[in-house]
Formats: sequence, C-alpha cells, structure tokens
Amino acid sequence: MRLSKPAKAILAILSALTLVYIYTPIGVVLINSFNASKNMSWPPSEFTLHWWQVATQSAGMLSALATSILVATASAAIALVLGTLLALAMSRYKFFGKQPVSLMVILPIALPGIVTGIALNNAFRTILGVQLTIATLIVAHATFCIVTVYNNALARLNRMNKTMEEASADLGAGVWTTFRLVTLPQMASALVAGALLAFALSFDEIIVTTFTASGGVETLPIWILNNMFRPGKAPVVDVVAVVVVLISVLPIYFAQRLTVAEKTR
Amino acid sequence: MSDGPVSVTLKGSDISAPKSFAHRVSSRLYASAKLRLRLLVSAPLLWLALVYVAALLALFVTAFWTMDSFTGEIRPDWNLDNFIQLFTNSLYQTVTLRTLGIALMVTVVDILIALPIAFFMAKVASPRMRGILVISILMPLWASYLVKAYAWRSVLSNEGILQWLLRPLGLDTPGYSLVGAALTLGYIWLPYVILPIYTGLEKVPQNILEASSDLGAKTWSTLRLIVFPMLLPAIAAGSIFAFSLTMGDYITINIVGGATQMLGNLVYTNVGIANNLPMAAAIAMIPIAIMFIYLSVIRKTGALDNL
Repeated sequence: MRLSKPAKAILAILSALTLVYIYTPIGVVLINSFNASKNMSWPPSEFTLHWWQVATQSAGMLSALATSILVATASAAIALVLGTLLALAMSRYKFFGKQPVSLMVILPIALPGIVTGIALNNAFRTILGVQLTIATLIVAHATFCIVTVYNNALARLNRMNKTMEEASADLGAGVWTTFRLVTLPQMASALVAGALLAFALSFDEIIVTTFTASGGVETLPIWILNNMFRPGKAPVVDVVAVVVVLISVLPIYFAQRLTVAEKTR
Repeated sequence: MSDGPVSVTLKGSDISAPKSFAHRVSSRLYASAKLRLRLLVSAPLLWLALVYVAALLALFVTAFWTMDSFTGEIRPDWNLDNFIQLFTNSLYQTVTLRTLGIALMVTVVDILIALPIAFFMAKVASPRMRGILVISILMPLWASYLVKAYAWRSVLSNEGILQWLLRPLGLDTPGYSLVGAALTLGYIWLPYVILPIYTGLEKVPQNILEASSDLGAKTWSTLRLIVFPMLLPAIAAGSIFAFSLTMGDYITINIVGGATQMLGNLVYTNVGIANNLPMAAAIAMIPIAIMFIYLSVIRKTGALDNL
C-alpha cells in the first residue's frame, strides 16, 4: 500500500485538527485564569494576574494542596512496594493462578471508578464499620496505583538479561545482595517512572476519592468540585485547575523521559 | 559486602565457621524458589484480595440487604427487593438505556476520530514527528479528568468559546445537556482510544502493506482486507476504556450534563444523600454486568492481550 500525496495531506490535516481539539479546552482554562471577566466570557477583553494572587492567598486551596500531596505520596509509596514485589514474582516465577493475579491488578482501574468507589465505601462503612478518614482514602488510592508501578517494573524485568542475576548467584552473592546490586539498579528508573505515574494518578483522582474520603478531607480535585458551582469562583478555579494539570503532568513528563531514555540506550 | 570475588574467597576459607543469621536466611531462600515466591507475592496479593476483591464481593452481598427506612440502619436481611426495584421501576430502565447509549456513542465517535491520527502517527509521520505526537497525545491523557470536564464547562457555556465560534454560522452551543455531556466524555477518553490503536498499527509490518500493493490491491482494499482485521484487537482494546469509563461516570454529567442522570448519579445519590448502600450496590451491579458482557464479547478479538 502506497499512500498518495493528497491522502497523506488529508491525514496530516485530520491529525492537526485532532490535536487542536485535544488542546483547545485546556488552553481555554489556562487563558481564562488570566481573564479579567468573572464569568468565563470569551474572548477575554482584558488580562489580569489578580486571580493567581487570590488563589495563592486562599487558605482552603493551600490546605487542599497539602492534603493531595500527602495522599499521593503515601499511595505512591505503598504502590511502589507492592507493585515491585508482584512484578518480581510474575516475571521470575511460574505459579498456579498467575492469570487471575494479572487480572486482579488491573481490575481496580479497568472497572469503572464508581464501582471501585462504592465497593470500598461499602467495605469500610457497612462491613468493617470504620469511619472514612484520610487513611481510608490512602488505602483506596494505593489499590488502584499498584498497577502503574507493576506494569513499569514488569516491562523492565522482562527485558532485562537474566544471566546477570544467575552470574551473581554463581559468584556467591546471596539473594538479597543479588537483588540490591544487580536487579535493583537495572530496574530503578522503571520504578521511579512507575512511582511518578502513581503519584500523578492519585493526585488528580476524583471519583474514588468522593466515595472514600470523609467530609473533612479535602483534596485539590474535591476543592475544585466544591467551588466550581459557586458564583464568582470560576476564575480562581481556573487557576487551581492549571496548577493541578501542571502538578500531574510534570511527573508524567519525567517518567516518560526515564522510560524513553532507557529504551534508546 | 558479600558480592564479587572477595566474598567467594571469604566463603571458601571459612566454610566450616558458623553462618550468620542473614547468611542462613539467604541460603534458605536460595535453595527454595517456592519460599522466595511466597515472600514476594504474599503482601501484594493479600492487599489486593483483602482490600479489593473482598470489597467487590461484599458489594455484591450488600446488594441483597435492606436499609431500614425508619432508622436508616443497614440490616443483613436477605431479599431481592432491590433487584425487583431495578427491574420494575421504569426510572432504572430509562437511565440504564441512556447510559448505555451515551457509552456506545462516545466509543464509536472516539474510534472514528482516533483512526486517522493513529494511522498518521504509525505510518506517515517521520520518527521525530511520531515522538512529538505520542507525547502530545500522552500529556492530556494525564491531565486531570476533573479539569477536562471543568474545561468543557467553560467551552460549552453561553459566553464560551463554542458559542463564539458557532454564532457566525447561525448555531448555538449545545450548553449543559446530554449532547454537551457526550461531547465532553468523548473528549476526555479520546487519548485512551488513540494510543492502543496507534500501538496496534505500529505492529502491522510495512512489508505486508507493500506486498499487498505489489499484488495489485488498491489502498482502500489493503486497509479493509489487511489493516482492519489486524487492527481489530487494538480497536477493541481502546474501546474498553471509552466504554467502561463512560458507563461509570457521574462527575462529568453533573458538571456539563444539566439535569441529565446516568447510572453513576443514581449510585452516588443512594450512597450520599439517601445513605441507602444496599440500593446503591444493586444499581452498581448494572454497569458491572454490562462490563462483563462487553469484556466477554471483546475477549474473542484478543483485545485483552493488547492492554
């Protein structure tokens, strides 16, 4: 199959339009965060830094930011440990029930968020009789974050040369020493990438969060949701939305760089 | 330090000396693959089984319980009342059909938008361009779902950019409505659909396409007879995300859907406002059942190996 020049041009134009479609709404939010108008009117007639100033002075917003960072860090840390252990088991051993296990890891993100949310809400409140707190929120987030670390670690482990580990053992290194000095250094960048993705996934999650956080726990996405419908709040919400995008996209960007750098090496 | 040749000589010389605790643990682990495996899998499996699988099972069980309408207490009285409600109350049928309709529409539209750009990325663009495009598709994938829904609240508003663009054409923004919600959902899940299709297209070898044209097939025939069948699992894989994520949505519909309700809204109001978890659990069984049917149909295309 050889594509004609016009066919290629049409494909290029459609691709460009798709990118415009993908970036316009996010661009609108970014521009609106500088829009002097209070009610998101387009096109902006005047620009201002006022809303950014208001946002940085909002105590509610700052405490929500701190909560989000705490939850995302804790969930990523738990996911890092559990995902790495599971990836090591899946890549280096054969065992009964391997298939169901791989399904079980992706289930928390494959099922609609509302199912995960209500299942955990029900388990905490009805079955265990536990009050919703920041801890229940972290448990919930860690559960669906495991898969990002697991996927990254597994992909790396499958590409790694197993003879190095065997050589290490033959030279007398113990199991732990081999892991620490041979396996871990080779998979470190994949683990960092996985943990960064887990952080980002947790940082902007909203659906499971609304079901597993108590009323007093306000993450940044919940802050946005609570303020979005309030009159006159739109410009400040725009600012916070831009901040949320930056904080979640930057880790992804670095994670991507880490994995790409590894592949091309 | 017990690595490298140094440790080998050490071990050789005090082979009869009493072994340290760490050393004994290490040799025990080295000898038994089963033990190593158990240590590795126990923590993650316990977590997933106890936190998640148990919660899903408990959800299923709770759907058969009742809430005492006087005290608001949840009692383990086994009955089918919630499910009878689901099947007899027309509200649930309407909302289920609406949710299913939106999910299917969003999925189909996303596939149609995704095909050209995925094809361009995989088969036309230069490697450099391809890298840039992959990143450009990936970045918004990770931008918050909530922010994207919120962005469409601005886009769709009466004074928003869509109205500004459409007014010269004599059209109006669909506003906060079913159409607005479908547009937003399609937008949000688009990258999830593009990426698997792109990966699938990349796997279609160039020489097969060339062979097809050398044998006289027109571009369109090649696409239909060679590319499409090879791509079907990837398309199916991409559809899982758009479909499943739309089925469970309730935030987007709240933000840009006006008064329109989807299954997610019914679940959420039963959890939050009515505090009727058993009913919410029963309603949640609908998207789960639909997803299982969808996955079992899609399984046949081999899509699950493409995730």
